[in-house]
Amino acid sequence: MTCDEAEILLHALIDGELDAGHARAVEDHIAGCPRCAAQLRAYRELSKAVAGADLRYAAPPELRRRIEASLPQARVPNRRAVLKGFAFGSAVSAIAATGLVAIILRSDDEARIESEVVSAHLRSLQAGHLTDVLSTDQHTVKPWFNGKLDVAPPVIDLTAQGFTLIGGRLDYVDTRPIGAIVYRRRAHVINLFVAQTASAERRAAKIETIQGFNIRRWSERGLNYWAVSDLAADELAEFGDKFEAAMKTGTAG
Amino acid sequence: MPGGWIEAGRAPAFSVKAGQKAMPVNSSDGDPEKARRFRDAALPHLDDVYTLARYLLRDAADAEDAVQECYLRALRHFDSYRGPAMKPWLFAILRNVCRAEFARRASSPTAPIDDVPDDAEQTPLWHEAQETPEAQMLHRWDSTTIGRLVAALAEPFRETLVLREIHDLSYREIADIVGAPVGTVMSRLARARAMLRSAWMAEEEQPK
Repeated sequence: MTCDEAEILLHALIDGELDAGHARAVEDHIAGCPRCAAQLRAYRELSKAVAGADLRYAAPPELRRRIEASLPQARVPNRRAVLKGFAFGSAVSAIAATGLVAIILRSDDEARIESEVVSAHLRSLQAGHLTDVLSTDQHTVKPWFNGKLDVAPPVIDLTAQGFTLIGGRLDYVDTRPIGAIVYRRRAHVINLFVAQTASAERRAAKIETIQGFNIRRWSERGLNYWAVSDLAADELAEFGDKFEAAMKTGTAG
Repeated sequence: MPGGWIEAGRAPAFSVKAGQKAMPVNSSDGDPEKARRFRDAALPHLDDVYTLARYLLRDAADAEDAVQECYLRALRHFDSYRGPAMKPWLFAILRNVCRAEFARRASSPTAPIDDVPDDAEQTPLWHEAQETPEAQMLHRWDSTTIGRLVAALAEPFRETLVLREIHDLSYREIADIVGAPVGTVMSRLARARAMLRSAWMAEEEQPK
């Protein structure tokens, strides 16, 4: 055995990875080679020191809590279950039933769109799909949407508030083109989807979780908004609050 | 070693794309019984997964994000998990998550990526160790210093060393996680220890 071979194999010897035959061969070489013998001693000592050092990290309790929370457990019964339960509730009148079904179907529709919004968010995270227009300047991002959509999505620079504008993108949700404005907070991407709605009524923000992603949904001045991110719910709420506050003071570009 | 997850270490089976495909149908993910089995099997390894993420990403916040993503993906693929051991399986998934993060860092001008020369594995083993007195005893550094020296190693040597010395995995398990032959693991480990030893001894010459 050459020193070059021994130099690699002595590590396998230290780690107890050699079969008896190879171990013997390395040991034979080392017995007749002071340099390799010294190497073996040094690396054994090094390995022992590293293995003996306390190099582990404990996961932060907050991370454990977040992961626990993302696992399905005490989930509210899904809408189909509610519907099923209702169908067996014979005491309820048919008229009331119609109204309730309509409400349930409407929320099912919303749930489907929210699910599509999350899919669009996931698609955007694939390399090269995050932005069509890459700019931290709201006056570049906003005009880019011109002619591509039937609405002019408000583009607000929230960098000073801790949410960096990184660009815009054209996406498809519910078979229609939809504007996505992309922000970043630390390593987290926030996609803010904006679509036109027939109703001009203002709807207060609501936060939901789908597949571990948080969605903050609200409506204002004829536009529906969905902010999607893997950010914690409170930070996403903060994003929405700051966006809405900026809209009120008219800083949209 | 059998098991479908071995291939996943090489191919992007755990990529965002795979997640997206599973996305609209969340019926099986919503199964509380499955979630309970997953929790019992996977959560005891949280500290280990987090430790590996800390050494791979060298950033506490990024490590937390990667670990959370790792567990999300693991739950999503839990139905196809066939063993042999939960920890290496989670490590393989985490590693894929981290690669996405490396790609992001590489494309982001504000976050310089770890410098890994492409030919790092082709260059011959370091021989500095030869020139040092052979009988020289290693200084006994404290855990903080050792941790810093390990974290300073370049990829993929850092990864291999951490899997071996901190997580105490076998060469075979490491090979499956990183998707490389056992021989490559062995030579990476040899180089990792040579680098660490050089850094270890250089540390003594650092002005305090």
